[in-house]
Amino acid sequence: MRKIRQWGFEIGAVLFTIVVFWIPFYFILVNSGKDPKESSLLTMSWASNSQYWENIKTVVAARDFMLVRAFINSTVLTVASIAILIVLCAMAGYVLQRRTGKLSPLFNFLILAGLIIPPAIVPTIWVMDGLGLFKTLIGLILIEVALGFPFAVLLYKGFMSGIPREVDEAAVIDGAGGLRLFFGIILPLLQPVTATVVVLSSVTIFNDFTNPLYFLPGSDNVTVQLTLYNFQSQYVTQYNLLFTNILLITIPPLLLFIVFNKRIVAGMTAGSVKG
Amino acid sequence: MNRIFKRTYSYWFLLPAAIIYFIIFILPTMMSFFFSMTRWTLSDWEFIGFENFITFFQEQSLSIGFKNTLIYAVVTCTLKVALGLLLGVLLTSKIRTKSYLRSVIFFPTLVSTIAVGIAFSMMMHPTQGVINTALAAIGIDGPDWLGDTRIALLSVAMVDVWKGLGFATVIYIAGILSIPAEYYEALQIDGGNNWHKFWNIIVPLSRPATNSVIILAFIGGLRSFDLVWAMTKGGPGFTTDLIASIIYKQYQGGFYGLATAGNVILFLVVTALAFPLYTYLNRKEVDL
Repeated sequence: MRKIRQWGFEIGAVLFTIVVFWIPFYFILVNSGKDPKESSLLTMSWASNSQYWENIKTVVAARDFMLVRAFINSTVLTVASIAILIVLCAMAGYVLQRRTGKLSPLFNFLILAGLIIPPAIVPTIWVMDGLGLFKTLIGLILIEVALGFPFAVLLYKGFMSGIPREVDEAAVIDGAGGLRLFFGIILPLLQPVTATVVVLSSVTIFNDFTNPLYFLPGSDNVTVQLTLYNFQSQYVTQYNLLFTNILLITIPPLLLFIVFNKRIVAGMTAGSVKG
Repeated sequence: MNRIFKRTYSYWFLLPAAIIYFIIFILPTMMSFFFSMTRWTLSDWEFIGFENFITFFQEQSLSIGFKNTLIYAVVTCTLKVALGLLLGVLLTSKIRTKSYLRSVIFFPTLVSTIAVGIAFSMMMHPTQGVINTALAAIGIDGPDWLGDTRIALLSVAMVDVWKGLGFATVIYIAGILSIPAEYYEALQIDGGNNWHKFWNIIVPLSRPATNSVIILAFIGGLRSFDLVWAMTKGGPGFTTDLIASIIYKQYQGGFYGLATAGNVILFLVVTALAFPLYTYLNRKEVDL
């Protein structure tokens, strides 16, 4: 009897996830294979005349291959931001954990402030404009770094406390200076938390919509999230292309999810509870 | 030794991050207080005192964002805590489909918010949408989820919960797994049932997880922009406008001073609510 109840419960849970979590994705999948007229009905049925390949070609070629440019921009943005974030935040987390003094409360406050306070948008645009970085990819990279900094530093700082000081002392006795100690010994030891930062930040930055919207306007600089926004206004009734676009830009996070599923969950739990 | 220590852990290591953080985050935040009191064209400004703030609270289309933001943050945060805790308990219990369930609940967290918003706004179409078609099949006349002024904000909030629940659940899973087994053993000796286990052990001892979820969900709710923008653009009327979407609309309209005033208001709301909440929750945290 107990066993039957257990099985009933499990089947119920799985059915529930199918209804609640699978249907939205199924909906996108079926509608991206239809012709404009059929997809505008917004039904859940399979395309009577499936045309995935045509839709993909149309979406990719639309507006002078905007989606291709967007994928290049988003990739550059994500990779560069993460590379800078890792080096700078690991360095900061390392010093902030090892060296405590009068300034520590101030640093901790600034990091907490960065986690909580919403960025002041128009003044940021004004500053970026003054530096000649507004509407440039480099400018947006720096913004993603500045906004991703507090969380990544917290992760690194938390992880540093698990690396014994004896490691540093041994290296110093062997004559290593600060730079050699950090880049030669500490940074490689931080590899698990680096993996977490890579996964979490790449999802955040790749999926970011708000910052590119404000800081990187213009169709040359478009990022993948903004292609959706442009499509929606341009193809008001061509739902099939909109869904195809959604499908295409969901592929990178999906791949990441498949490869790193366990790691993401483990890393997130480590970061969010102890952080 | 002290000299070596200072050289090894040199503050120079902080400098590159500090420069970027200062110029791009701290400096604009400080300047926003000044520019919120100006009529501003980016190249030129005129000091007008608190006029922008007065406009913000006098015009109903703007002040509604203030109320909506609070409702949105409280609703999404409450649901994420309640459902996250329940799912956390469920997914740390002895069920076979655990790893499948964990993955499937977590996946929406990784998908683009805009994509999710667009897909749901199509599914919430009043006559053709999947949700109302399904409801009609069982004889329920579904509402116009995004077109009805009374429920549009809540509809968007539900999608926010759908997307963010995986994150809350994962935090709870970690929190619940870190409860030492001795507590359960003690309960068993005392003859407690599952209900006692939930209320007397899991709820109090997963407190750090609850705090993380509350803080993250609440701040996230207050700062929300992209989901509401993808689903309703603040409409119908202004009934789903949040402070963040108002900032964007004023920015688009070229009202930079007013947009910055919106930013300062958001700053003050977040600071006034989130900092005290943060210190309060952290003080009451129990040690395991």
